Amino acid sequence: MSNCHSVGVVTPQRVAFDAPLLLKSGASLPSFELVYETYGELNAAGSNAVLVCHALSGSHHVAGTYGDDPKTAGWWDNLVGPGKPLDTDKFFVVGVNNLGGCYGSTGPLSTNPVTGRRYGADFPLVTVEDWVAAQARLADHLGVGAWAAVLGGSLGGMQALEWSLQFPERIRHALVIASAPKLSAQNIAFNEVARQAILSDPDFHQGHYVERGVVPVTGLRLARMIGHITYLSDDQMGEKFGRQLRHGERRFNYDVEFEVESYLRYQGDKFAGYFDANTYLMMTKALDYFDPAFDFDGNLDAALARAKANFFVASFSTDWRFSPARSREIVSALLHNRRRVAYAEIDCPAGHDSFLLDDAHYHALLRAYLENIAV
Amino acid sequence: MNLIPSYSADGQTHGRFDYAVIADWIPPGERVLDLGCGDGTLLRYLRETKGVTGYGVEIDAQRVLGCIRNGVDVIQIDIEQGLQGFEDDSFDHVIISQALQAMHGTEHILEEILRVGREAVVSFPNFAFRANRAAINAGHMPVSEDLPYEWYETPNVRFFTLIDFEELCAQLGIEIRERLAFDDRGEPVTDDPNLNGSLAFYRLGRAG
Repeated sequence: MSNCHSVGVVTPQRVAFDAPLLLKSGASLPSFELVYETYGELNAAGSNAVLVCHALSGSHHVAGTYGDDPKTAGWWDNLVGPGKPLDTDKFFVVGVNNLGGCYGSTGPLSTNPVTGRRYGADFPLVTVEDWVAAQARLADHLGVGAWAAVLGGSLGGMQALEWSLQFPERIRHALVIASAPKLSAQNIAFNEVARQAILSDPDFHQGHYVERGVVPVTGLRLARMIGHITYLSDDQMGEKFGRQLRHGERRFNYDVEFEVESYLRYQGDKFAGYFDANTYLMMTKALDYFDPAFDFDGNLDAALARAKANFFVASFSTDWRFSPARSREIVSALLHNRRRVAYAEIDCPAGHDSFLLDDAHYHALLRAYLENIAV
Repeated sequence: MNLIPSYSADGQTHGRFDYAVIADWIPPGERVLDLGCGDGTLLRYLRETKGVTGYGVEIDAQRVLGCIRNGVDVIQIDIEQGLQGFEDDSFDHVIISQALQAMHGTEHILEEILRVGREAVVSFPNFAFRANRAAINAGHMPVSEDLPYEWYETPNVRFFTLIDFEELCAQLGIEIRERLAFDDRGEPVTDDPNLNGSLAFYRLGRAG
């Protein structure tokens, strides 16, 4: 649409919370800080706030750019902005870096106030429940009583679902995209391989690598490579890379030969250059632990009985990491509880990563749903 | 018969007398499931006039988008695969409005709708309608108000008559609680509905 544009240059903000946060694990954080960004204006009634939750490697930088550099566009910039499907002329949109993250919120890279040293591996494991509890403190700080909507893809979708369970009165709509009510054994297995790659890197030093002035680059790189394989579909990888040989001939060695190898190495290198290994480990555990039915003998129907929000659930046909069947489990439990829910299974070739793309039909669905939310 | 508005994507309204027929069978405040719900126009109409709650089921992506635009809770699944995810007796009425003829698994679908619904409302075009018989007699597949497609582009895969449908219901232990038929001008038909009815409506339940 021609009247769509960027939110423009944005500046992250920071807020400190001094009251301790009791974590799901039983550990407690004496105080913490969250880094966040906002786009649009909170209306007088406080009824137009939307929280965007990030997935494994995302951040608070959802939309806009830093210092006018288009290369710094936020991770969901195609969705969020004036005239875009999540329209910042209508909504006050909030992005936050989750607790334990490596983009400025309190996490393994932060200094432990008790020891005066970086947390590193001593940073407690935080869960999706803990993230939502911390996000609720941010909502209080921003004067948001109830979110008009909370949305996210993948691990972000789990947070949207968790909001509806932990704070049923504080969320009117939950948009759960390319997500699942819990990981499958296969999914946990992929996470475990990624973790082992990091944990077995000689530069990991039991998680205290920063103090040694090193980074477990090899492990992070491998972790990201395996992740990337699972985010794409077989078809799309075939279409993108096929069996194309970089040099047009076989060279009978272990350097980059096939284009897909080049792609994976590039993605791995890039990621290892900016992401923190401890955060990665923790994020994958948060994924593994997420299971609202855990405290209900595995009964998702019972677990979702608390929810009061209206739901929009979407999956992508070629997503095998968070397959449509997993989204339909959420839908079934919502149907059981007679919640309002719309479910779309979107035909998109790009696998799990589809949720980040600007597929026309996908964005039309989001636009239509969000347009109908009264503020 | 009152004409009622429908909410098409272009914002124009046009009458759908068949929706009013269905609405007459739906008491206010019911929970309904509309299978093959299109862009959700019927459900939106029932919500606004009867205060019903419930869901639509639709497989076509553009129609699913239409539902979302209409604020209708649509579940995008393939009905041919069954209604897994929908629990027994969880709806007062399950509606299939002019969609049964476009589905392959007729028997299975009829069983499923009376599994999840207390009652079903089914409407379909009557292949044995006088004008359709005349078309066949003249050597052509019928194209009419209620069968509006050329043979080479029709989404319909099951062609049946009132008599055929009633025989199948008997075989499946489905009780016909009410039947209405209308001609191609939307006028009610009582005399020989299998010949004079272009569009048929049934209210169905489980026998016994």
